[in-house]
Amino acid sequence: MTTIPALELRGVDKSFGPVRALSSVNLTARAGEVTALVGDNGAGKSTLIKCIGGIHRVDAGELVFDGSPRTLTGPRDAAQFGVAIVYQDLALCDNLDITDNMFLGREEVTRRGTLDVNTMEKQARRALDALSVRTVRSVHQVVANLSGGQRQTVAIAKAVLWKAKIVVLDEPTAALGVVQTEQVLDLVRRLADQGVAVILVSHNMNDVMRVADSIGVLYLGRMAAQVKRVDVTQTQIVELITTGRSGDLGLSSAESAGVAT
Amino acid sequence: MTRILEENTREVSEAAPGVGAYLRGYVARVRGGELGSIPAMAGLVLITAVFAVVHQGFLSAYNIEALVIQAAPIIVMAMGLIFVLLLGEIDLSAGTTGGLCAASMAVLVIRHGMTWWLGILTALVIGVFIGTTMGWLRARIGIPSFVITLATFLAFQGVTLILIGGEGSVNLPGNMPLIQLENSFVPLWLGWVLLALAVLGYAAVQVADALGRRRDGLAPVPFPVIAAKIAALAVLGSLFTYVMGINRNVATNAYFSSKAQGMPWVVVLVAVLYVGWNFVLTRTRYGRHVYAAGGNEEATRRAGVAVSRIRISVFVICSGMAAVSGLVAASLLQSVQSNAGAGNTLLLAVGAAVIGGTSLFGGHGRVIDAVLGGLVVAVIVNGMSDLIQGANSSGYEYVVTGAVLLLAAGFDAVVRRARSR
Repeated sequence: MTTIPALELRGVDKSFGPVRALSSVNLTARAGEVTALVGDNGAGKSTLIKCIGGIHRVDAGELVFDGSPRTLTGPRDAAQFGVAIVYQDLALCDNLDITDNMFLGREEVTRRGTLDVNTMEKQARRALDALSVRTVRSVHQVVANLSGGQRQTVAIAKAVLWKAKIVVLDEPTAALGVVQTEQVLDLVRRLADQGVAVILVSHNMNDVMRVADSIGVLYLGRMAAQVKRVDVTQTQIVELITTGRSGDLGLSSAESAGVAT
Repeated sequence: MTRILEENTREVSEAAPGVGAYLRGYVARVRGGELGSIPAMAGLVLITAVFAVVHQGFLSAYNIEALVIQAAPIIVMAMGLIFVLLLGEIDLSAGTTGGLCAASMAVLVIRHGMTWWLGILTALVIGVFIGTTMGWLRARIGIPSFVITLATFLAFQGVTLILIGGEGSVNLPGNMPLIQLENSFVPLWLGWVLLALAVLGYAAVQVADALGRRRDGLAPVPFPVIAAKIAALAVLGSLFTYVMGINRNVATNAYFSSKAQGMPWVVVLVAVLYVGWNFVLTRTRYGRHVYAAGGNEEATRRAGVAVSRIRISVFVICSGMAAVSGLVAASLLQSVQSNAGAGNTLLLAVGAAVIGGTSLFGGHGRVIDAVLGGLVVAVIVNGMSDLIQGANSSGYEYVVTGAVLLLAAGFDAVVRRARSR
């Protein structure tokens, strides 16, 4: 626990006009760990990951990458600091194959300026192998023909390929069946084992309790608590989500009543 | 060390799939909705067979040449349209753009004494300018391409009418080099040399690709498959060159030695354009981005690609190719009419692209679609005009062409649904 976290949020505020979406939120994500981010609808999960991804600029507070505070002015900055966000809609092109999708916008070219398809194919294969993916046979399959789980796999492997240090997964299992959910959760675990700091946004308590090392609970734009998985029960997490407190965990009663201070 | 060895053996075992595995993969792709050129090829063979049966002389050397020079402007325009269609856009004005560019060339050269090549260059520049403007209106202002190009379709028709004026047409002199494109022929020996170069070039690229993949430890296309593809090109090319080598001039005898033999020069132009655009689409980053933007615009933008620039560029390519097509058509007719590029010109080119296998929904299409589809369309138009004689023949031709386009578009929609199961 003495290592410097890959990403630390300190007192992050974000408002949209009169609406306070986030107020003094703290969050720590460590390399090699899965940090779950949970909370009810409207608790500020999406706003928070958009701040991490550089899509929203924070009003106050710090984003600390590997110990050094940074200002994000756009998605490019976030990518430069090693952040990859895998959005729910996956952002894959159906008409292209797996390799093409993984290299979209960053295609390798030969000295003559033509596409270096061989190098790209090898690297794509390697990225999938690094995650021990067995569900994808050929990297030349067109994405339109893939299942939801396979698509999620491709999107995650893309982050690995680009050596992302912090990978944010937005509801990766939301649209998946039981078997595929299992496969993706295994993948999330292996991703963390590669030394990546994984931030998993999820509604599903079973998923969170299974793979998370640490759980951050957002309640009405505040971080109710960030706790270690081994220290809490599912009931406590659900209480934190619904009321903002659970026993001596979470916000004070005044804060949890939603009174803006 | 052992792990590396294991990985190597695994890669090698992956690297040697037989012809059987390759064919199985191909069949799987076809069943998955990736039909490629199969429908266009089948259609071409079927329709040609039907016309050959009902109409004697349809497959005569004379008529085949007529087919080729008729197909050329359609194919060239369809090549440009494919870029626009790949982004899910449409250019309804490609036909009249071609007409406008050809009319500008004709008026400048014939009435204002401009050098012929400068006239052609001006026509191409006008085409590129038109494409840039329409692309800008679409990408930056955000007007739907359907509306922009419907407006320019009408407007350009008017401009051509004004340019040509009351005379109704500008006739081009027979000694103008542009006329040679559609009306003079590649010498027989040169035709065979060009064919040999094309086959050798194709073989070199295929073999180099396969060797490169083997060197990188990836599964190459099996050699028998490559050999079969090269042989197919050689056989079809030889057949075409041979048929084009037959003397078509019935007046050749002991007294008149002039012969009409060899392929029209426009075939060389179409081949060069095909190779060039195919290279751009399949082997460059730009081409990859065109497909990506047509498949999922948002994903492409998030990947850091300037989608609006891609969008403008496809309109530039389309209008530029429309200008080339207009010039080819002028060469065919040896004149530019005041209604150049109007009527069914665009319909035939869009039909060619769609029949060839390009999707109207964006993201799917290849340059070969223009060639195969263009041939199908030319066969239909040519065969129909032979079949239906009399006062209403062009009326029937319009109806049949429209029906074929609708059929191809319906087929495209059904295939698309099958793909996105």
